[in-house]
Amino acid sequence: MTGKLIGTIAHRGAILVYIAFALFPLFWLLKVSVTPNDLLYSEGVRLWPSRSTFDHYHFVIENSAFPTFFKNSLIVASSTAFAVTVFSSLAGYALSRFRFRGKYVIIALMLITQMFPLVMLVAPIFKMLSPLGLTNSLTGLVIVYTAFNVPFATFLMQSFFDGIPKDLEEAAMIDGASRFTAFRQIILPLTLPGIAATLGFVFTAAWSELLFALMLISGNASATFPVGLLTFVSKFSVDFGQMMAAGVMALIPACLFFLLIQRYLVQGLTAGAVKG
Amino acid sequence: MASIELHSVGKSYGDHPVLEGVDLNIDDGEFIVLVGPSGCGKSTLLRMIAGLEDITSGTLAIDGQRVNDLKPKDRDIAMVFQSYALYPHMSVAENMSYSLRLRRKSKEVIDAAVGSASQKLGLDPYLARRPKALSGGQRQRVAMGRAIVRKPKAFLFDEPLSNLDARLREQMRAEIKRMHAELGATSVYVTHDQIEAMTLASRIVAMNAGSVQQIGSPLELYDRPANLFVAGFIGSPGMNFLEGRLSQSNGVSEIVLSNGIQVSLGRHVARADGEMVTLGIRPEHVVAASSGTGVEAQVELVEPTGLGVILHLVVHGESFKLFSTDRMLMQAQGAIHVTLPQSRLHVFDKDGVRISEDDV
Amino acid sequence: MSYHQVAGTRTGGKRPLRRFADAAEPWFYSAPVLVLIIAVMLVPLLLGLSYAFRDIQLLNPFSGGFVGLKHLKALSQDAAFYRALKNTLWWTGASVFLQFFFGLILALLLDKPFAGRGIAQALVFLPWAVPTFLAGLNWAWLFNPVIGPLPHWMVSLGLLSAPNNILADPQLAMWGPIIANVWWGIPFFAITLLAALQAIPRDLYEAAAIDGANPLQRFISITLPFLAPTIAITILLRTVWIANFADLIVVMTNGGPADRTQIVASYIFTQAFRRLDFGYASAIALVLLVLLLAYSMLIVVIRQRLIEKD
Repeated sequence: MTGKLIGTIAHRGAILVYIAFALFPLFWLLKVSVTPNDLLYSEGVRLWPSRSTFDHYHFVIENSAFPTFFKNSLIVASSTAFAVTVFSSLAGYALSRFRFRGKYVIIALMLITQMFPLVMLVAPIFKMLSPLGLTNSLTGLVIVYTAFNVPFATFLMQSFFDGIPKDLEEAAMIDGASRFTAFRQIILPLTLPGIAATLGFVFTAAWSELLFALMLISGNASATFPVGLLTFVSKFSVDFGQMMAAGVMALIPACLFFLLIQRYLVQGLTAGAVKG
Repeated sequence: MASIELHSVGKSYGDHPVLEGVDLNIDDGEFIVLVGPSGCGKSTLLRMIAGLEDITSGTLAIDGQRVNDLKPKDRDIAMVFQSYALYPHMSVAENMSYSLRLRRKSKEVIDAAVGSASQKLGLDPYLARRPKALSGGQRQRVAMGRAIVRKPKAFLFDEPLSNLDARLREQMRAEIKRMHAELGATSVYVTHDQIEAMTLASRIVAMNAGSVQQIGSPLELYDRPANLFVAGFIGSPGMNFLEGRLSQSNGVSEIVLSNGIQVSLGRHVARADGEMVTLGIRPEHVVAASSGTGVEAQVELVEPTGLGVILHLVVHGESFKLFSTDRMLMQAQGAIHVTLPQSRLHVFDKDGVRISEDDV
Repeated sequence: MSYHQVAGTRTGGKRPLRRFADAAEPWFYSAPVLVLIIAVMLVPLLLGLSYAFRDIQLLNPFSGGFVGLKHLKALSQDAAFYRALKNTLWWTGASVFLQFFFGLILALLLDKPFAGRGIAQALVFLPWAVPTFLAGLNWAWLFNPVIGPLPHWMVSLGLLSAPNNILADPQLAMWGPIIANVWWGIPFFAITLLAALQAIPRDLYEAAAIDGANPLQRFISITLPFLAPTIAITILLRTVWIANFADLIVVMTNGGPADRTQIVASYIFTQAFRRLDFGYASAIALVLLVLLLAYSMLIVVIRQRLIEKD
């Protein structure tokens, strides 16, 4: 019995170590962001400052373009998440339900897109988008991000669809629905967890993307949060409190989304694993 | 309601045929049961009628109209699935009314149809519930209700009772039969359970390995099975088969079994002397006789069923079964005497095809 | 009967229009995705490959001519590239191994039901949601002795002699991005492996326990064989992904100090963004792509061999 108890304690202890390791950097970010400047160096290694302040947040919100960056990122990330979810639901459904020539070609094409360094696409995409007036535009970013995220999202959605019995849409088709109506009215409502997972995953990815945002956007007007933060960092590289306050703000939407959807991610992957 | 006609309907995946040339005319109001072991193509055939599987060759007509190219939604048929396939995110009432809502029927029409169906099926207290909150039997009723609300041309059933426990299955079987009597709807019912087939069907289509073995009323299949497959499939416990050689003398045929025992058929069978044949007799037709008549058989095993008893017997190395409701036989041990009544004997030729009594 | 005439002309088959509509249906569903990945990924990929043989300076309108193998020749004599290649091996190998190792342990810990598992799972997976550039900045700050506690702690533990920034130390700098990468990447392995673990039928463990297997034997004889395919495919994909993953390095060290943390992917980034020489950057990317494809092929072949041996 004691052996079992020791095992339980070791198990919980190990979990706690992991949680501490996962959260510590984020905690530190938060801590520095609320530390007044005069205490920053004197209380460098303390776990929590003796006084806390929101001055850094005020400064960042009032004296920088962060509200614009925030808005831009929100637009880009939600439009991308929406577009990817729509397209990947359709394609994931096709891969899950139809047997057709070319299915494996589609899968192969999508796998190839996961293999090469995306850096390679920067110049060609820039050259393709600029005559269309899509550089320095949020629309351009949304198109690029949508394409980048659609392959993984399609596989994810496919595994969710695979978990829903075919009988249901057959019953609907016999009840008088076309396949597309059955898809919309019967299958999609049952895939809500999968849709949530895809939305959250893509939102987080689009919210975080730096490389193409740096390349395709110049100027503050349509800069996204990562670009803004990086410019901010290089400009005010000594004011740690303000940088970290900006960092915390960048973190919040992504983390909120992730916490909402993370359990569906495991579910979706399990469904995928079950079918082999 | 409508008739359904299948004219050499076949199905293959690439070069691999799964169903070959089925001819079947289903009259308006008939209850047809497709029966056979799993993988025999009965479900595929049903799904072809529903429009869920493509028809590779042949013609399918509903109400005299060719429907090969029609989508399921345009065929006006209803189907009850083995899994019930109830929409989990809809209430019972919504499940039942879905087809009518798709057809944009007025609210009054929908309410009336759902109301009368739910009353018929005793679902009134459950209309607001989700399928998850129902028992297996109730789900089965909802699936039935969903089919009957729209008064389709035909009902298709794909093993609708196989997920129920034995008791409920019996109850629902009777209910389906009652409902058919009431609605008179053309129905096609797939099952692997020969009892369901016998009790429900106006005609049974027995299938095996992708082809139709026999079409006929339940009693025809029981009394005059067309071949060894049907003979063995219909009836429980299964028919006894004994192999032997035909011996003709004075216009009366006899079968010499491999253990040397001679069984007189009491009639002439139009086959050559010495041909290999199979003799069939159902366990319930083997008669336990008083000593001195028939042949002596060793009792190997006694299986009481409550209603009666199944005896596993051996005569000179040939085993076969006897079923009787005579309780005295439960004490049987050692040897008993049995006879095989001539009128109950079935004879099949070397290809397994029944040698008909009229075949002179 | 009317249908017999129709049937007579063509027994069975469907009308061509319906046949076409049926065949086209899956393509309607997948068309948007196909168009997107072809237009925004595969066409640019081919263009990018062609850039490796052209003179592409982004801001120079007169560039664009074909230069043949010039970039590749220059690359073959580029010492910085070889250093980056070596660093890539080190970066990728260490990151993948540590992510996998700690990810597997985490997945095993989370596979056991316990009170609060849902919350614990959400918290340990949280780093994955942190934008990579922010993860890089965050860890750079933690390693900064002015603002971060890590140098001081490492001195207390005797790992460092003085509280210096390891990112500025040529010998140790690579550990910075690797630690940040491990922190950020453990959840991915843990999620994938956890999903695979939960798909293992529980009765196998019960059967093994009844047969007298101890926990370690159960792990080796049931868990590992079931996880093996997931492990193989995840490691393969992650290796490729991490070899291509430059964000953390660009943000934390920008390849420095003295190119000690420069990996091929960040070298491409430097060439493309700092020098705007896309021709040369594409040539490097082409070589990286070929190396990664060769690596994938090798893994697939080895795996095939192992399967055949079984």
